[in-house]
Amino acid sequence: MSLSASTPSSFAAFISLIKRDLMLSYRHRNELLNPLLFFVIVVTLFPLGVSPEKTLLQTMAPGVIWVAALLAAMLSLDTLFKSDYEDGTLEQMMLSPHSNALLVLAKIISHWLVTGVPIILLAPLLGLFMFMPAEGIGTLMLTLLLGTPILSLVGAIGMALTLGLNRGGMLLSLLVLPLYIPVLIFSANAVDASMAGLEIKGQLYFLGALLVLSMTLAPLAAATALKISVE
Amino acid sequence: MTDASAGLHIKSISCTRGYRDLFTGLDFKLCAGQVLRVEGKNGSGKTSLLRIMAGLAQPLQGEVLWQGRKIHHAESDYLQNLLFLGHRAAIKYELTPLENLCMAKSLHGSKTDNGIEEALYQVGLYGFEDVPCGQLSAGQKRRVALAQLFLTRASCWILDEPYTSLDVAAVGLLEDVFANHVKNGGLLVITSHQPVTLQAGEQHRLILPSTQLEVLS
Repeated sequence: MSLSASTPSSFAAFISLIKRDLMLSYRHRNELLNPLLFFVIVVTLFPLGVSPEKTLLQTMAPGVIWVAALLAAMLSLDTLFKSDYEDGTLEQMMLSPHSNALLVLAKIISHWLVTGVPIILLAPLLGLFMFMPAEGIGTLMLTLLLGTPILSLVGAIGMALTLGLNRGGMLLSLLVLPLYIPVLIFSANAVDASMAGLEIKGQLYFLGALLVLSMTLAPLAAATALKISVE
Repeated sequence: MTDASAGLHIKSISCTRGYRDLFTGLDFKLCAGQVLRVEGKNGSGKTSLLRIMAGLAQPLQGEVLWQGRKIHHAESDYLQNLLFLGHRAAIKYELTPLENLCMAKSLHGSKTDNGIEEALYQVGLYGFEDVPCGQLSAGQKRRVALAQLFLTRASCWILDEPYTSLDVAAVGLLEDVFANHVKNGGLLVITSHQPVTLQAGEQHRLILPSTQLEVLS
């Protein structure tokens, strides 16, 4: 009974939290540029460092772009809960009568919108740079569309767990990287396969399943971890 | 609901910080219309107690009950009835007072009914509603946080050092708000180092680390 009564306002809180986080990101827009710049620089350095040869770059492209995207996503995690933790907003979120997991999901979504989406949009440019064929670029964007939300969702758990620690950065990568690896393997493999003209349904289904799994479980886990961190 | 279970019940709570015991066996009840002032030296556990009462921290032993139910119980309506303002004011410096209060209002949605402009006018920030909070003075930032007192319908207020960096006029305003809240059957817990002249309601005082509640009036 109480659930149905609070549903509309919970949804309003969800939407307004997304809006607020987007507004904060907009007012801090140069901070958002760092992970993106990192993404672009890493990929553009490969032809200079390895070889400008077309076939070699083509074979490396899926892996290189995906590794760079994964590291950029991990770099951007730092901004997810930190400022809310420091100024007490997180406490107020925990004391809100709305579901904490829902509010955490709102934060993750707005984080993905400002960090994941730009990576997806930049990817075709870098794909061209690495001589990827059109079908490869299409698949690259599709895997990034399925994969980057997983990176944000899983990263949120790691970030929530390491929030109270002074030097959580190292621990964060140790916690989160093993969980990122399946995403990397299946995504890079799907792009490779599509460039070879093979079927990629299997990999995409697996990524989709991972996305649904992390969407349902990660907000709950992150909300519980945040409760412990706030204490 | 029986009278015996009404209000906030702190049930034999113990708290440690590091390896130091802050207080043990703290046990008291607060009902509607009562004020509790928590006093004590720096580091005596005032904030720890308030955070336990708000449910943000877990006590080593004991539990906190609201209307006879544990505050973390799924059917407890404690969070709907609670307003907690801590040391950290939960104010975003990049946002304006209006935007900050909008967020606070939607986080605690069902509790509030007053207009935000009205609340800002009450705390004397009329004309500052579109200035980023980072450009406001410490006292003005505090006033933005305290404007929530005008927005809330919560009956249990837990305020940690509400008077910090406020001027005399604002302290007077706050005391009027507190008196009004208590008169309307609210419950108030505050910590403060300042001698408080608040006269309303039934006043209790707890001086940590003593666990005896003194009745003042």
